[in-house]
Amino acid sequence: MTEVRMLSTSGILGYGFSEEALRIGMEAAPHVIGADGGSTDPGPHYLGSGTGFCARLSVKRDLRLMLLAAMAARIPCIIGTAGGAGGEPHLQDTAALVREIAREEGLTFRMALIHAEQDAATLKAAVAAGRTKALAKLPPLDDATIDRAVRVVGMMGPEPIIRALDAGAQVILCGRSSDPAQWAAVAIRAGLPPAPSWYAGKMLECGAEPAVPKEPDCLLVTVRDDHVVCEPPNPVRRCTPLSVSNFALHENASPIRHVEPGGILDTADISIDAVTDRAVRVGGMRWTSSPTYTVKLEGVELNGHRTMTVCGTRDPVLIGQIDSYLAAHRDRVAARAAAIGVRAGSWRLAVRTYGRDGVMADWEPERDAGSPHELGFVLEVVAADQETANTVLAVARTSLLHADFPGRLCKEGNMAFPFSPSDIPLGPHYRFSIFHTMAVDDPCAPFPIEYETV
Amino acid sequence: MPRIRDIAQVCKSKNAGPFHVTIDVLFEDPALYARVKATGVLNAALFARLYGVAEEDVQFSPYDAASAFKATLPRLVPAGDVGDTDVYGAQQHAPLLEVDIPLNDPAG
Repeated sequence: MTEVRMLSTSGILGYGFSEEALRIGMEAAPHVIGADGGSTDPGPHYLGSGTGFCARLSVKRDLRLMLLAAMAARIPCIIGTAGGAGGEPHLQDTAALVREIAREEGLTFRMALIHAEQDAATLKAAVAAGRTKALAKLPPLDDATIDRAVRVVGMMGPEPIIRALDAGAQVILCGRSSDPAQWAAVAIRAGLPPAPSWYAGKMLECGAEPAVPKEPDCLLVTVRDDHVVCEPPNPVRRCTPLSVSNFALHENASPIRHVEPGGILDTADISIDAVTDRAVRVGGMRWTSSPTYTVKLEGVELNGHRTMTVCGTRDPVLIGQIDSYLAAHRDRVAARAAAIGVRAGSWRLAVRTYGRDGVMADWEPERDAGSPHELGFVLEVVAADQETANTVLAVARTSLLHADFPGRLCKEGNMAFPFSPSDIPLGPHYRFSIFHTMAVDDPCAPFPIEYETV
Repeated sequence: MPRIRDIAQVCKSKNAGPFHVTIDVLFEDPALYARVKATGVLNAALFARLYGVAEEDVQFSPYDAASAFKATLPRLVPAGDVGDTDVYGAQQHAPLLEVDIPLNDPAG
């Protein structure tokens, strides 16, 4: 019976793991070691800016330990969604780190870079051929949206990763990849059926998250013909049916139908059972291949530039009339901005009121329950250029600090500002604009692979 | 009458992609889960009411295999867009904690 053991070191490359867990995990003789580099979860900024959301030194620490372990054991090391968003700059930054570590440690190996950025011409051809489809009620993809996009990545399935393994790559850095794909690739390539292979990937995509206590660390998953077994190498952690069930629901719209490139993983009838007091077996998953292979596309566009500030009030008279004060504030900012010559409609102001509805906004059911003794504010202005955003934010800050209100006693200022400078330019602001699928004939075609000997 | 926060072992929210937030309630004891399910209190209409979204926009699934309920809603604002308050969607679960579950057994 084929059995594949896979060791995921951490939820996100750079989040860290214990060296002891890695050592114990390697004693289980895994067939692959790896970690996921990211997703869309930290927001559109990272895909747009081409930067990572983990500190470089943290990523380097994790990568170094993983590369050393992989080379010593002569197994592949695979990084999914390299650099956080899996675009070209993210992939290149991660590759540079790998080369740097190899130089420092005297390691040599064959490395594959699997590119995931999609060029406008390819996307437009797919649109013209009617091969794209909108997700999440977005409008259909069109040429204008493609032209406005700063960066678009396609989400690879296991096929390009299998190809890189077949070509003898020992270190594989993937651009944007479906979170489970880097794991499904190894199990499927070893001859295991897609259902447990993909399910193993689901369990491994966030390191030790299916274990308790839940902290960034390693997870070992053993895949067999009809089930997977999850066990954290770190003796302080355990997988329990509850901890695995909890993770089985992670970040999916449906707990039952998991749409992946190439098919659907159906988990309606899985069984989740304790094997020991710290290992859990999951069986009964099913896989249905889709007639059409679809690649998910993620893209962002520039929405302007942003500036923010943070402040708070401790004045009960103001807190008692905060709604009318903020409404008047909005009008004052509009009037003042117009007086300065900033065109109406060229900027947007958003005020979050912490202590009231700063976390849930319009979803907050208790925004008017009681009167808090203090309220915190985060002001945001987005405008076409940084100077306009800075200008309107400064107007909003001054107005919030100094405007009059009925019964005002605090005549020197309405707000406490914790910082000088108070206004923080955040630079370009991106928004998700492309969240579509693209049908392809060849699952490897959108993801060219480059090999090098490091 | 117990509330979700009194009887569930997990109640959490998270993004399911940049345009949706998904809210999960899990029970360690499948029998308790079955009793909660039998009350019929947790359904798409409840989430629509708690979050002020249209019922047809709520994707609600009880999930027997994990003794869990899941509801996926469109976000107020896409993750990271102007005015978003919760980029990861990790703090949108609280209204559910206070929902009363009329379990027949008062000891429940």
